[in-house]
Amino acid sequence: MEQKIRVLVAKPGLDGHDRGAKVLARAFMDAGMEVIYTGIRRTPEQIAEVAVQEDVDVVALSCLSGAHNTLFPKVVDLLREKGADDILIMGGGVIPEDDIPFLKQHGISEVFGPGTPLATCVDYIRSHVKREA
Amino acid sequence: MDDKERAETLKAATSKWQQGADKIPAGKTCKAYSDCTTSSGIDVKLLYTPEDIGEMDYMRDLGFPGEYPYTRGSQATMYRGRLWTMRQYAGFATVEESNRRYKYLLNQGQTGLSIAFDLPTQLGMDADHPLSEGEVGKVGVSVSSLADLEVLFDGIPLDQVSTSMTINAPAAVLMAMYIALARRKGISADKLNGTIQNDILKEYSARGTYIYPPAPSMRIINDIFAYCSKEVPNWNTISISGYHMREAGCTAVQEVAFTLADGIAYVEAAVKAGLDVDSFATRVSFFFNAHNNLLEEVAKFRAARRMWARIMKDRFHAQNPKSLMLRFHTQTAGCTLTSQQPDNNVVRVTLQALAAVLGGTQSLHTNSRDEAVSLPSEDSVRIALRTQQIIGYESGVADTVDPLAGSYFVESMTNRIEEEALKYIAKIDDLGGAVKAIERGFIQKEIQNSSYQYQLEIESGKKVIVGVNKFQIQDKPAKNLMRIDSALYEKRHKELAVMKSRRDAAKVEAALAQVKAVAGSDANLMPAIIDAVDAYATLGEVCDVLRSVFGEYQPDASF
Repeated sequence: MEQKIRVLVAKPGLDGHDRGAKVLARAFMDAGMEVIYTGIRRTPEQIAEVAVQEDVDVVALSCLSGAHNTLFPKVVDLLREKGADDILIMGGGVIPEDDIPFLKQHGISEVFGPGTPLATCVDYIRSHVKREA
Repeated sequence: MDDKERAETLKAATSKWQQGADKIPAGKTCKAYSDCTTSSGIDVKLLYTPEDIGEMDYMRDLGFPGEYPYTRGSQATMYRGRLWTMRQYAGFATVEESNRRYKYLLNQGQTGLSIAFDLPTQLGMDADHPLSEGEVGKVGVSVSSLADLEVLFDGIPLDQVSTSMTINAPAAVLMAMYIALARRKGISADKLNGTIQNDILKEYSARGTYIYPPAPSMRIINDIFAYCSKEVPNWNTISISGYHMREAGCTAVQEVAFTLADGIAYVEAAVKAGLDVDSFATRVSFFFNAHNNLLEEVAKFRAARRMWARIMKDRFHAQNPKSLMLRFHTQTAGCTLTSQQPDNNVVRVTLQALAAVLGGTQSLHTNSRDEAVSLPSEDSVRIALRTQQIIGYESGVADTVDPLAGSYFVESMTNRIEEEALKYIAKIDDLGGAVKAIERGFIQKEIQNSSYQYQLEIESGKKVIVGVNKFQIQDKPAKNLMRIDSALYEKRHKELAVMKSRRDAAKVEAALAQVKAVAGSDANLMPAIIDAVDAYATLGEVCDVLRSVFGEYQPDASF
């Protein structure tokens, strides 16, 4: 049987805006993936730990407070430290376009801004997931 | 013709007209551009006639502005006497920069201040807390002690402006700082005007900046009600907010229902704590969202006013007319702003602001066009403020009170929203009230379901968002975005260290011990917190003491 793609939807930082995160979590689930949601206000350490513990294929980070440049790369670094560098890490939220190259340089595969269709995110995961599903 | 005959004639004529209309191909009567349902899933008919408001009784259901049940407005003269307060939510980076922005806004004709705090502040953490890294000054101004507030309000006469502070879990501490600051300037607390949001319930259900569990949080709110009713009588001690639940994705009906259910919970808790309902209910205010569906929104504001008046009268037997009056602030819907073709947002905001004004708002924030991607630039903020000024000074809609009253459609929609919202309130009552409904995840689940539904409708094209799923163009990247320097964290670290080295440590320690002692007793927390912040105890220190007594709220993470 084909194994389901496992996704961790995570909210690093202090903002409580998780409408987008929750909508995406449901969309991933409806697309047949297994989804874990961290809840709001998680530290990069907590997120990396859950990602490894739950053996996920994808970490989808959402931040709307403007702290993405500090927090997203931290999650990437922590996952690398834990040897989980085969996890696909993507990000979204209120993120100015100018920040996207920086985030990509720091291990975020793709950044999805407001208004991105759900299907775009789902398709992206399906075509970019690094582990053998 | 008597009334009965009139009604029958109308009914027959409407039915005849409807039969004719039914022969028109469906594509020509609706659905060419939308599915003709409102955000709340209410089907909108092709035509409304007196039949649709047949049961309405003018005196019972509408009345006069400034009179029960306040459907037509909370004041008799509404905007004829004075336009609504134009109050742009602002604050970012340092207290110095925010102070400059406030002075700029006041110079541009803004009439009230609205302070946005950064997330560490909103969570009762100092700027030098490890979790503050990356967050300091980002979504608002960073305030960690009275020393910061002194700079934030430098040169702003506290007895002449009204100040609204979006602060919830640590509301008591910021309120205490504001009172302490006024004292130092020789202004007594009874001269202060403004609002603290202080609405913890919607933090659990939608906004996320909670600290303590519900029970102690409700106690702090009661302490604020009790203290301010005596000492700061002109202060709005709570702004019960539907705004954030709507932003999180609920419908117009749910926004009214969940907000008023929260309101019921606060009033109930305060009465249970021994407060006389009229001693605090006159200072209860509300905060709503103005979303895209113009007429549904107008009806929503009108329904909310009528419902609250009836709730306060029938459930709580309030006597003072001011306790029955729903006064509210409105903000246009941030969630409707698109990062695609951002100038279109100016038009969206205009329509939403118009809904708020036609709905009789007391104050208004209009969002800036660039807020889907960043904090607003000064140019964008000015356009947003000008939008309000154009509605107020040029459009003429402020000239008469509640101009849409009597519209068959608007009255019918007002009735319908009330009916549907009352069903939700009954359900929440059955669950044991809003606090229990939140603890059981009911309200969160309802919001999540609506928000997912909304997104699916956009995905399928059933709901059109101009520039997003229809009429797209290739956008150029946004220019001149406002940026906050991440080095602020280090700067604030140093400032706090300097401030702490200058204060009287023994005095701070004693004051914090007193806060702790009071927290563990039944006494009112406010005087002890005022003494503590006056001695320059920091926000984080006071909140940590309270955390040690009250514990912290642990939500579950369902979606």
